[in-house]
Amino acid sequence: MRVLAAMSGGVDSAVAAARAVDAGHHVVGVHLALSETPAALRGGSRGCCSKEDAADARRAADVLGIPFYVWDFAARFSADVVDDFVASYAAGETPNPCLRCNEKIKFSALLDRALGLGFDAVCTGHYAQLRQGELSRAVDVDKDQSYVLAVLTAHQLRHAMFPLGDTPKPAVRAEAAARGLRVADKPDSHDICFIPSGDTRAFLTARIGTRPGAIVDTSGAELGRHDGVHGFTVGQRKGLGVDAPAADGRPRYVLGIEPVSGTVRVGPVEALDVHAIDAAAAVWSAGAAPAEPFACTVQVRAHGGLAPAVAHPGVDGRLRVELGEPLRGVAPGQAVALYDGDVVRGSARITAAH
Amino acid sequence: MLPEAVAAMCEALSRTGNASSLHSAGRRARRDVEESRERIAAAVGARPSEVVLTTGGTESDNLAVKGLFWSRNAADPRRVRVLVPGIEHHAVLDSALWLAEHSGAQVELLAVDGAGRVQPETLRAALAAVPETVALVSVMWANNEVGTVNPIRELAEVAHDFDVPLHTDAVQAVGILPVDFAASGVDALTLTGHKLGGPYGAGALLLGRTVELTPLLHGGGQERDVRSGTLDTPAVVGLATAVELSVADAPRRAAMLSGLRDDLIGKVRATVGDATLNGDPGTGEIDGGPSRLPGNAHLSFPGCEGDSLLMLLDAHGIECSTGSACTAGVAQPSHVLLAMGADEATARGSLRFSLGHTSGPEDVDAVAAVIGQVVERARRAGVSR
Repeated sequence: MRVLAAMSGGVDSAVAAARAVDAGHHVVGVHLALSETPAALRGGSRGCCSKEDAADARRAADVLGIPFYVWDFAARFSADVVDDFVASYAAGETPNPCLRCNEKIKFSALLDRALGLGFDAVCTGHYAQLRQGELSRAVDVDKDQSYVLAVLTAHQLRHAMFPLGDTPKPAVRAEAAARGLRVADKPDSHDICFIPSGDTRAFLTARIGTRPGAIVDTSGAELGRHDGVHGFTVGQRKGLGVDAPAADGRPRYVLGIEPVSGTVRVGPVEALDVHAIDAAAAVWSAGAAPAEPFACTVQVRAHGGLAPAVAHPGVDGRLRVELGEPLRGVAPGQAVALYDGDVVRGSARITAAH
Repeated sequence: MLPEAVAAMCEALSRTGNASSLHSAGRRARRDVEESRERIAAAVGARPSEVVLTTGGTESDNLAVKGLFWSRNAADPRRVRVLVPGIEHHAVLDSALWLAEHSGAQVELLAVDGAGRVQPETLRAALAAVPETVALVSVMWANNEVGTVNPIRELAEVAHDFDVPLHTDAVQAVGILPVDFAASGVDALTLTGHKLGGPYGAGALLLGRTVELTPLLHGGGQERDVRSGTLDTPAVVGLATAVELSVADAPRRAAMLSGLRDDLIGKVRATVGDATLNGDPGTGEIDGGPSRLPGNAHLSFPGCEGDSLLMLLDAHGIECSTGSACTAGVAQPSHVLLAMGADEATARGSLRFSLGHTSGPEDVDAVAAVIGQVVERARRAGVSR
């Protein structure tokens, strides 16, 4: 096959590309330039957007002996991922930009271009397994990224390649070292790649501005004021800015965000319990939506948040999930991914939790 | 590199000696350097004392633009304007912009015509408005992307009518076009080794004997006190050999390359009907040479992303380039085409094919054989924005 390997400059995508070469594919490496103003050197833990990262990717491609190009997707990334991220927070949601990047950039803009140029697949260093178009969790459960890939359609999965899903991360690093890849001990990237400071609230405030609103308790009584709903996410405990302790002395959590009035509702931890989830824009890994409700395991955020559930596919991509046991910290804007054991059935965007 | 230049350089590498030293090994190295300087001077119509040896085009351009500005501005603080066309190489353009940021310069981008050429009347109009405020003019001899040759002798005359010095980046010209430093009348001229079959990291700034220039590098006072630093004698010997040979052989190669180039352009356009040639058509004559670089074919392919073309051609073993690349390797729309008035989509959908002394008809045929399917596929992949 002709395989286009997306190479971030990190150890995972370098080893993934190497494995694609070993498998006998004709591999071309591409680094996606996603920042419109890339820094010269990598800063902190963000490992994909500086010129140094592009150089690391190029160095790895040279070691593998494959052609390498840098493609500029900065404008697409800015519009489809960064702007979406900001708009989602402004609407009181909690977006997942990595998921959006997979959906809109890596397996959309990049895949479309790759297919147009005659490639058969896009290969990445994601930790997930893919067999005959069926996506499932990686063997390294700590690294498993099937959640941020659950948004991929059957078509996208047919043209994807995740060579690392069967290997624990330490083994991937050892393999990189054995292959002579200098990125073998490069630190893992964390946080959000396009927020170099790591200060998400400051990043959002600079783009959204100040939109004061009230912080209220479950009875509706105002406890304090805030500068904008983008500073809050459902389940958040710290940094609420409410000085007076609760009457019962217990910590308060963000229970819900009402973006139009800018009201943030806080309350005790048990009020976070969610028993049902409404979601939209459902994607089914096998193609068509299941006709009948089915039992599954759901995951509502990138790490953790698992529960048994029954999924009820609706019309127009809508989905209702009845949880078998309550979940906390279910935030609109995040994805609800549906699993049959370790196999991904599909996902949808959370719109409401009850 | 030319085999003769490799041989001369290898021989020199086995000898020791600092050309600035007084002992016998130093004398031997100095003789190598000075003979090389004389050979370079003779080949390009300069005097040996006018050859300032450098590490190549970027250094020579920086030295000329910044050195001329600082010296002229120090002599008369009213001289703040730097006149350069937008088609210049970044070594000139960014030096000028650096001066604007750090030394109080005002950069004025001279307009170019649709072929990317600076017309003498454009320069005259820019100078005539308060000529005493102009520090320098820099116009490249021939453009590295679209191949258009500028009327340098005429432009130097115009600059001198206003007592303003003119620098030219002749990196693309020396060794293929007839370049005579004295006859051109320019005050400073950049040349570099690796563009004419010489070593990387060796070049020169030809600098008129009366031209004052503030140095970039300070130290031992080598090279007329203009460029300190121990000379790389073997590289200088390799450079001189390559300059001498390439200049002597230029008419033959120019005729051969322009024939191949026209064949390439004709065959590409016969297959891809809407492909257009950028820059001068190459049928005219300027200062006794062709009006376009003989080995340069720069073409736009509507509806294609240059990146896609590059990758698809590379897969067929055909190496070409899309213009300029920043250090991250992100292809930018060519600043040369934009300066010529092209829109961004056209600038992004363009490719440069460079032919050199190793090129032959079989290379042209190889491009002709695949260009149709490559363009078709690139169009299908679309434009990514």
